[in-house]
Order: sequence, then structure tokens, then C-alpha cells
Amino acid sequence: MAYPHRHENETTTLLSRHMGEEKARHLDGWLERGGYEALRKAVDMEPDEITGVVKDSGLRGRGGAGFPTGMKWSFMPGADDDRPHYLCCNADESEPGAFKDREIMRWTPHLLIEGCLIAARAIRAGHVYIYVRGEFFPVIRILNDAVSEAYEAGYIGEDILGSGWSCDLTVHIGAGAYIAGEETGLMSSLEGRRAEPRVKPPFPAQHGIFGQPTTVNNVETLSAVPMILSNGADWYRQWGTEKSPGTKLWCCSGHLNRPGNYELALGAPLRDIIYDVCGGIPDGRDLRAVIPGGSSTAFLTPDELDCETTYEGLKEVGSSLGTASPIVMDESTCLLKAMRRIAHFYAHESCGQCVQCREGTEWVTKILERIEHGEGKMQDIDNLYDLCEQLTGRTICVLADSVVFPLKSSLDKFRDEYEAHILRDTCTAS
Amino acid sequence: MSGGEGMSDGLHPAVAGSQPYMLADRQGSASRDEPLFESEEGRERLEKILSRYPSKRPALLPLLNYAQERNGWVSGSAMEEIADALELTPAYVHSVATFYTMYNRRPIGRYLVQVCTNISCHLNRGEEVMERFLQETGTRPGETSEDGLFTVMEVECLGACGFATVVQVNDEYVEDVTPEKVPGIVKELRDRAGQGGA
Ligand SMILES: Cc1cc2nc3c(=O)[nH]c(=O)nc-3n(C[C@H](O)[C@H](O)[C@H](O)COP(=O)(O)O)c2cc1C
Ligand code: SF4
Ligand code: FES
Repeated sequence: MAYPHRHENETTTLLSRHMGEEKARHLDGWLERGGYEALRKAVDMEPDEITGVVKDSGLRGRGGAGFPTGMKWSFMPGADDDRPHYLCCNADESEPGAFKDREIMRWTPHLLIEGCLIAARAIRAGHVYIYVRGEFFPVIRILNDAVSEAYEAGYIGEDILGSGWSCDLTVHIGAGAYIAGEETGLMSSLEGRRAEPRVKPPFPAQHGIFGQPTTVNNVETLSAVPMILSNGADWYRQWGTEKSPGTKLWCCSGHLNRPGNYELALGAPLRDIIYDVCGGIPDGRDLRAVIPGGSSTAFLTPDELDCETTYEGLKEVGSSLGTASPIVMDESTCLLKAMRRIAHFYAHESCGQCVQCREGTEWVTKILERIEHGEGKMQDIDNLYDLCEQLTGRTICVLADSVVFPLKSSLDKFRDEYEAHILRDTCTAS
Repeated sequence: MSGGEGMSDGLHPAVAGSQPYMLADRQGSASRDEPLFESEEGRERLEKILSRYPSKRPALLPLLNYAQERNGWVSGSAMEEIADALELTPAYVHSVATFYTMYNRRPIGRYLVQVCTNISCHLNRGEEVMERFLQETGTRPGETSEDGLFTVMEVECLGACGFATVVQVNDEYVEDVTPEKVPGIVKELRDRAGQGGA
């Protein structure tokens, strides 16, 4: 299938440049496109030098939290620590709304492999595990074919490119668990356990997989590394803003004329993304709400669309960039149903270790279902607010907090929807 | 696509043998329950997978995946075999396997149809697509049709939300599915099965 959409005027194709090109999947085609040049450069650099470039570029983690990548790498022990170090590439992609890592892996697997190796060199890792969600069968096949080619050609394995440096890489396949995308849940899963998140500290950089120093990075984060190393930190900073440099793959879904992936410099106004890049809403309907960064971010209303889509810009309006995955809902959308579906997801995916999360997400879902079936009471609104409180900041990982962002914002901003269902058993959607 | 015959996948030996062939070469409607490590191929996969990790336990998911790929589901005897190979208890293997939603705990139909009804698909009539699949195949969620062809289930986000509604049929995604397209999809699968294909 061809790469879905590319918008001529607005998109900046750095990461997505070769998406849709069948030949880019294979090593010879990838080399023709300048592949593995950055790795060639990296093997001649000292690990800390590589980390320095990435730090200067201002690259931030694309897995949702936006943590500065270079800084994360610098937390890893240095050359005097002789324990084995590991890199885990988080390819569990399961935040509802997000579908970018799959595109990177299925079109440009060597880009990810190259990024993994450069990062591995920077953090002194001898083995990289790419943890891919198990549902991505065709993607896993493509990725494994690429890994095989890269091993054959000496880009992975012993004495990489004759540098004396060695690094292995293994594609590790998950089996259906959203929580395996949380970095410590991922580590548990990789060790052959239930994907239960762990209390931090100890942090992965000290005590990660197999008890050894580990860094976890997202697919898109690692895929941005080769171009940064090739072209330099200043080059990368020509896109985006001071605090949110570079480009981002946007995953646009919901009620849109042209849903799909678009690479944009960070900062484009959300309004432009919806109405220009994605061609607006089908059948000329009006916008009702948008969740800008994947299902675990707060709802925005149509009059909040002029915010800058950067980490800091979306924070200012009380939401977050998350995985840059706007889920667009038109005027016909029942927001109560939408919220119930989102809550159901978190209840289903709670690993169950923390009582607040296990019970709280269940309760939220039950109350929303009750309201949806016309059996709600006004007291339920207060109960939902109480549950928001109990789900915030009290658990091992932030899955519990994740449901609060959409829930609380929907209560704050669309209270009329809840009241209409409770008082009149009707919906405010048109 | 290559089947699971020894090293015939043509891949570099370092590729951990976790190339998923799952379901693709599964002929006939009933899922199998073949021993995993009695065949040469099975033992080779085991060795290959173990060689990628510093200890045995991390090989657990790859081996459960392998069991499912071979048989279409993860049976009690498969779990015992895996426990044995990794020096874990069957109870431990069971507790891990049941944590993950992809492991089928019972034999399934030739076509495992998984409909995403999460938010982006919900906005694009995912629930109606699910209903329609149940109607067309005459099944209830998670149950296998009498002819052994279909098992239909609801799943959480498949990570392809821009192509809603997304439906996974065995190891492939079918994208942009509307309720209206469902009868055609089901018919095509029936035809494929009639011709002996997977
Ligand atoms: C519940 C939950 C699910 C997550 N799922 C993913 C995921 O699927 N992919 C991902 O890259 N990060 C996911 N994360 C974020 C990771 O914990 C981690 O921050 C990220 O992989 C770090 O990579 P980065 O610094 O490159 O962004 C998730 C976090 C939480 C709390
Ligand atoms: S917050 Fe929820 S998902 Fe996270 S560890 Fe606790 S129970 Fe598990
Ligand atoms: S919501 Fe259906 S694929 Fe993501």
C-alpha cells in the first residue's frame, strides 16, 4: 500500500522522506539513499561526543513524555562501569490514536536500526532489544529481514564497520498488553514476566533489564538520531521552537477528510493541522472536540485550536503533546460515549497492581456506562471528580493518571453533555 | 512467505527465529496441539531464541509466541513443555501467559477476526463493524463458528487509527472497514478457505 498522505505545502519530510518507497526497505536501496552514513560517523566518535550532539539538538522523547533524549543518555554509567549496558527500543505502540512507529518500521526499518546502533554506542550498550507489539506481524517480518541484512553486511554484530566495536540487536515480540509500553512494564515483559511496571527508583539507567543499566527510547526518537548526527544539532534546530526543536510525525484520526500521518515541524497551530493538512471535517460538519496527543491527553474545545503544538504550547492550554495524535470529533459525537470507550480501555489495560488504578478505572467505566444507559444521577458527576482525585499521583505508573486527563477535562468542558444524559436521557450531540 | 521448516527462512543466524509465521500455514479448521520441541525445527528455534538472552526466563514470550505460531493457540501441554525448557514452573508460565491478551487459551477458527472498537475506530463505526461480523459469521464474541472458520473478537487499539475501522484477520490488517464492507470480506475469506488457502 502506498504511504497514505503527504501534504505538499505544510509537511517537512525528514523522518518520512522515504516512506512509501518500496526500495527503501532493503539494504541496497537504503544505502543508495545515504543509509548507514551516520553510523559510519558514529563509530569514529566517542560515546559522550554522540550524546553531546543529541543533547545540543534538543531532541525530546517521542514516546509521550517528551524527556530530553541526550540527558536521558547521560544518566547511563560511564566507561568505568563494566556491567553490560542495554538499549530497549520501545515499539509497543499502543496509545489509542498513535500510529507512527508502525509507519517508520514498515517503510524504513534500516533507519530505526541505524538509530538504535548509534544510541547503543552513545550509552555503551552491547545489545539492543526492539520490543515490538505482537500484533504487528507484517512489520515484524520487514524488520527481521532488515536486521538480517544488516547483520550480513556488518552493520550489526562483531567489529562493526571494522571499528572494533560490537553490538547485537534482537527483535523481541510482545503479546498484547498496553502496559508493556510503559518503560518499566516493558522491562518486566522482556524479562519473561507479566508486564507489571516497577517502582522508581531504582531507575532503569542504574537497574534496568536483567538488573543492568538500561535506556528505553521510542522508535521515532531513535529514528531522528541518524539525521541529527549527520547534519548537526544546529541543523535540526532550524525546525520547531527553542524548547521543542525538530519535526514530529503527527497521527491524525477520527472525523477527518484526510486522516493519516504527516510530518510537521513542531509548533504548527492545531487549527491548521485539522483544517488544512487533514482537509477538515467530512460533510462540512462542525468540530466538537479534539484530543490532541493520543487518548491519555486532555480534551480541547474548538476555541482552543490556536495553541502552538509544542510540548510547552499544549501544556499552556492544559493538555499535552503526548504522541502528537489528534483524535478529532465532529458535532455528531456523543462525548459521553467517547469518554466511556476511552475509560473502558484503561480499565481493561490496568495491570492491577495498584488498588486505586484497578478499582478506580473500573468505577469510572461503570459510572459512565450507567449514565449512558440513562441511569445516572447528578451525584455521579461529583463521584467522577472524586475518582479523578484518587487516580492522580498515587500509583506505581501513570496509567491511572492517564484516564484522568481526558475524564476531568471532559467534565470541566462538556458538563452539559453529562447533565443532558443524566437529567433528560438525551445527548447534546447534533 | 516461508513456512517454519528449519532454517529455511534464509535469515542471518542471529535473527532470533522469532519471525512470526503465525496462522499463515495453518491448514484445516481445528487448531493443533503438537509437541513443540520434539521436532528438529522446534529444538532449533529453542536454541536460537535462547542464544539471544543472558538467561532463560526472557525467552518465555518468544517461546509462547512460537507455540501459538505452530498450533494457533497456547495449550496446557505447550506451557508445560516451555516451563520445562526454561526451568520455570508450569504455574508461573500460566500466570504470565494469561496476562497477555494475544495468547489464545482455546483452539480458534481458521480465521481469527479481531475488530478494533477503540476511540478512533469507535468514531468510525467500529462497534457496528463488530456487530456485522458477528451477524455474517453467525457467532458470538470469542466463540468459533460451527464450520470452524471464524472466531470474532473485539480488541483494543491496533495502532493504525488513521485507517479506522481497523480489523485484524489472522496476521494481516484490513483497514478502512465499514459495516457495508463486512459481507464482502467474510465472503472472500470463505472462498479462500474453500480453495484450501489459509
Ligand atoms: C501506560 C503507558 C503506556 C506507554 N506506552 C508507550 C508506547 O507504547 N510506546 C512508547 O514509546 N512509549 C510508551 N510509553 C512511554 C514510556 O514509558 C517511555 O517514556 C518512553 O518509551 C521513553 O522513550 P522516549 O524518551 O524516547 O520517549 C508509555 C507510558 C505509559 C505510562
Ligand atoms: S497504575 Fe495501574 S497500570 Fe500502573 S502499575 Fe498501578 S495498577 Fe498497574
Ligand atoms: S483506535 Fe482502532 S486502531 Fe487505534
